[in-house]
Amino acid sequence: MPEFDVVDLGPADHPDTGESAPDFTRPLVTDEFWEDRTLSELVGEDGGGQTIVVFTPMIGSFVGTYVWEELRDRDWADRADRVVGVTASTPYAVSEFITETDAPFDLFADPANDVADAYGISHDLDGMAGVSEPRVAFFAIDDEMTITASWVATDWPEFPEYDELEAEFGF
Amino acid sequence: MSDTTSDVGDTTTGHEAPITFYRLQACPYCERVARLLEAYELEYQSRFVEPLHSKRDVVKRVAGVRTVPVIVDEQTGVTMAESANIVDYLESTYGSGDSSSSETETGAAAGGDD
Repeated sequence: MPEFDVVDLGPADHPDTGESAPDFTRPLVTDEFWEDRTLSELVGEDGGGQTIVVFTPMIGSFVGTYVWEELRDRDWADRADRVVGVTASTPYAVSEFITETDAPFDLFADPANDVADAYGISHDLDGMAGVSEPRVAFFAIDDEMTITASWVATDWPEFPEYDELEAEFGF
Repeated sequence: MSDTTSDVGDTTTGHEAPITFYRLQACPYCERVARLLEAYELEYQSRFVEPLHSKRDVVKRVAGVRTVPVIVDEQTGVTMAESANIVDYLESTYGSGDSSSSETETGAAAGGDD
């Protein structure tokens, strides 16, 4: 194995299973437009069920690209009731990304990174003053906004074992 | 609704608003419609589209054109493009009749859209 260093972010102070997922309103970007949407309303649509909220670093990072391409290739859009992303990027960048990668997911645009802050998974970027972004993180929530399972990166970069994650999320 | 501990953002926004408003950021014709919607205190949901006409398939599908503004009013079943037409529609449908607060510059009413 080649030696290389990853950045140790340590454990995050995020809400755990059984706790309420912080609610938020942000522009939700589809492949055609964006509009303000509220998570707590979104999770109740189409009979409710399970919503997976996926946080990735900002659009343009390889980390975000890899995560979304993996979820696309694993057909998460069909296997989960609902998958939405959150990234610290503008709606314009998110829109272009969705088109380019054929991601069958809608992503919340949160340029100020406040949502990641509320979830306790924000981190500052060394060498990019004034910029913060989310860690890679997955939260499964039910239609009552209760967290039923989660995975949060402790390194940067770090990706989950997707097979294990799918088992934990029940699909 | 659950007792969420931390709310980010102060508005609750879903699909309940009766008017859907397709708009483009910093488009003066769109802002004109926005001002009127607000003046009449109408509930609306903004949908922002991109500058490139070729990327506005949703507007084309909804209204038959690629220009914005476009409004879809579920209360009346009206879908309408072109700001001057929309302003006329909003004034005649929701205006109090004697209101002069909305638009005074009639000469600009025929302006084009983005």
